Amino acid sequence: MNPTDTKHPDYYHRVVDCQWACPAHTDVPEYIRLIAQGRFTDAYMVNRESNVFPGILGRVCDRPCEPACRRGRVEEEPVAICRLKRVAADLRDDVDARLPLIPEVRNGKRIACIGAGTASLTVANDLMPLGYEVTIFEAFNKAGGLMRTNIPAFRLPAQVLDEEIAMIVGMGVDLRLGSRVESMRKLLNSKEFDAVFVGSGAPRGKELKLPGRQEAAANVHIGIAWLESVAFDHVDRIGERVLIIGVGNTAMDCCRTSLRLGAKDVKVMARKPRGFFKASDWELKDAEEEHVQIVINHSPKAFVVENGKLVGMTFERMEYGLDGGRITAERSLGETFIPCDDVILAIGQENAFPWIERDLGIEFDKWEVPSVDPVTFQSTREGVFFGGDAAFGPKNIIWAVEHGHQAAISIHKYCQGESVQERLPNGMKLSSRKMGMHEWSYHNDYNPAERRLMPHVDLKERFRKLNIEVELGFTPEQAVAEVQRCLNCDIQTVFEAKLCIECDACLDICPVDCLTITPNGEEADLRTRLKAPTLNTAQPLFVSEALKQTGRVMVKDEDLCVHCGLCAERCPTAAWDMQKGTVELRHAVDQQPAAQLPRRATGSGGQ
Amino acid sequence: MTYLLKPKVAHPSLRRNSLGFTRRDYEGTLSTLCAGCGHDSITAAITEACWSLEMEPQNLVKLSGIGCSSKTTAYFVSGGHGFNSVHGRMPSIATGANAANRNLSYIGVSGDGDTLSIGMGQFCHAIRRNINMLYIIENNGVYGLTKGQFSASADMGSTAKKGEANAQVPIDPVLTALSLGAGFVARSFSGDKAQLVPLIQAGLKHRGFALIDVLSPCVTFNDHEGSTKSYAFSREHYQEVVHTDFVPKMPEITTSYEAGEALSVQMHDGSQVRLRKLEKDYNPTDRSAAYADIQRRLKEREFLTGLLYVEPSPADFHDLNETPASALNAVPYEKLSPGSEGLQKILDRYR
Repeated sequence: MNPTDTKHPDYYHRVVDCQWACPAHTDVPEYIRLIAQGRFTDAYMVNRESNVFPGILGRVCDRPCEPACRRGRVEEEPVAICRLKRVAADLRDDVDARLPLIPEVRNGKRIACIGAGTASLTVANDLMPLGYEVTIFEAFNKAGGLMRTNIPAFRLPAQVLDEEIAMIVGMGVDLRLGSRVESMRKLLNSKEFDAVFVGSGAPRGKELKLPGRQEAAANVHIGIAWLESVAFDHVDRIGERVLIIGVGNTAMDCCRTSLRLGAKDVKVMARKPRGFFKASDWELKDAEEEHVQIVINHSPKAFVVENGKLVGMTFERMEYGLDGGRITAERSLGETFIPCDDVILAIGQENAFPWIERDLGIEFDKWEVPSVDPVTFQSTREGVFFGGDAAFGPKNIIWAVEHGHQAAISIHKYCQGESVQERLPNGMKLSSRKMGMHEWSYHNDYNPAERRLMPHVDLKERFRKLNIEVELGFTPEQAVAEVQRCLNCDIQTVFEAKLCIECDACLDICPVDCLTITPNGEEADLRTRLKAPTLNTAQPLFVSEALKQTGRVMVKDEDLCVHCGLCAERCPTAAWDMQKGTVELRHAVDQQPAAQLPRRATGSGGQ
Repeated sequence: MTYLLKPKVAHPSLRRNSLGFTRRDYEGTLSTLCAGCGHDSITAAITEACWSLEMEPQNLVKLSGIGCSSKTTAYFVSGGHGFNSVHGRMPSIATGANAANRNLSYIGVSGDGDTLSIGMGQFCHAIRRNINMLYIIENNGVYGLTKGQFSASADMGSTAKKGEANAQVPIDPVLTALSLGAGFVARSFSGDKAQLVPLIQAGLKHRGFALIDVLSPCVTFNDHEGSTKSYAFSREHYQEVVHTDFVPKMPEITTSYEAGEALSVQMHDGSQVRLRKLEKDYNPTDRSAAYADIQRRLKEREFLTGLLYVEPSPADFHDLNETPASALNAVPYEKLSPGSEGLQKILDRYR
């Protein structure tokens, strides 16, 4: 293999599995260390820089970071990254003085954002400090988009939403509530705006066309629309027996909301067996804790109506042939009837643009999905951008944040007359953490503690009101223990081949046997000669330049390194060093020369 | 050295031997030697060898004298018995322990000072008595613990850290052992575990005195240009002439070598040592030829390594002294103690 190019900003970034997996590339280990030091406000600000909504995401993020966490490969459970984020948000001080400054003189460019959800708010957050005038049009009377309408208050309290939205709106955003945009043509023709960002989400729930659907209409609800009605207090009760069709995260919100609106017997009906559910494991667990029954292998056939009222549904009981986690055959075992009073459909949602005329140069494909560039987020019409669920269909909040960041860069470039394609690449900054012979400026001792369990409100108490937040958040003691589980993957093992004397000290001390000195070869061959066998070929090998004395190479399997730094402590020549790698993310603000940004007066406690 | 303890976390694929132990279970306390010391690599090799020999920790006795090398017995097999003796007197302790309990495995770790200077007499007589033990010399050519004076194994012309050259003739432990009649004589290098681990396994299984002289660079006082025991010099000048493969005793030995390719030596417990000669002309079963080859090549500054001489079944200490077949603690008290009448008879014999 050729020597690994560690100068490439992605190499060390990939080693930080959580940060690499996060669409917005939140610097997870850094904020966890700050929490460990009790610097909650700093931890919050590190979060805010990349994910904008730490308080919200600390409760309801889909947390792609956790399945990626290296701790989950060394032990069973990953670090509770998401809930630590909440700790920072819960315990922070006021951050007003640390939010970006807004120039007094605006740059004269006006941007329209459609829909006051995650993506649009992120665009505003990124563009306001550059002097843009941002207007957000929102159909409802409250901002927040699907974060407000689709996530029940017992998971995400309104106050948390309000606070983090206010930080952005407070920058001087022109937020127009109750202003549904009915026509893109009208908006564009008004020439009021230099660029338009569409962040209107995926607001249309999928329909289930089965016999009896029309007749049963009064008791069959579309999941996301129903949650929306609950969020705005238009609905406050439901029948005693409720069937939820679908097992995604929306289904989990629907079943748990039903329990809080008077349902006694809630069943989530799944067509397939466990392992094929779309809902996240933890959301399933939370629903089952509340005694929601998840019924597998039931394929819906018909709504049964008697005397003009829904009395239940018939299902086909299914049997599947499975082979290595894939369904290879299916067979019906006959029909069954399950009685119920209400049915909620939670089988997916899609974006819908009845308000965008099709002759404006904004192209749609045959599924009515807009053609959007996956890098610039620009549509086929210059100056019109899409982001969040509106761009590529339903994903999740953290993806919408990243879309917003990228779209903001494009909008800035477009408005400055620059190419939206030419974007600054990410950078990587490395700095040694060595403080003395055996001292590092990070806590390198491996802590064998197990993952802390999130305390919940008592089962009876939580159903008393719709908006009692179920998760209590980590106690300080729990947070202190949990932060120590982080392996500090961003403290990189940096190797300098020309200093190595091949004494084997690092190989001998490495607790997880991830180092090998061996003659070079192709990757497949090298992987057979490692001190510990490769378990995970998705993780890269680091290969050094040829070593001085024997011409062999130092190979490191990045998979299970616990970043304890013992290789560096045992190295007599400092060929190994522990260096903090900081990914330099390029947001819209980084595309602007720093001299043109407003500065805080000295001594005002800026960032 | 390190302040942190080596974390207990391990690679999930770490294998267990038939006793249910992983290699990590054969580790000891954390080394306090200088970072990069060759001795630590030897410790890792001993750990590996004890694990793969499926040794029961309580059946291992670790003996040492004084010096950097002699600290290392603390760094492997915490569950074994240990004795850290007076400077250069480890062979006496080994002799006594061996006489009292022949059923244990004995591993002595010493240095070039502990063996070839203060302990030279003890070393020679342990070989003569053919004590059943593995004797490892961690040989770095300097007195590291007293800051780098030349030791008795320092080569002529090798320089100290400040530049002064050694003018005295070195004592070569391998030649010494050969001339004293040792039945298992090997040389190796701390930086070559592929060679060292099977040598340690074979040495532990050899019946009688087994010597492995291991070049083990002192990273602090003897790893400079001008040193003949640095990592760089050792790598350039060591020459493996015989490669050893250790084949543990199994109901049926299934691996096979091409005829003529390897020389198979049966060990006392039924395991085998297979020697692959890397240099055709080298003969590890002819004592005087081996002696001559090693000496000639030393003059050319080449260290021959591998199992340089082996004599499979010499009479060991117990044969020579007709000791009882079991450990003394298993011999009934009446047989062990002659009683006052018996003692009187013995004394009368000398009057």
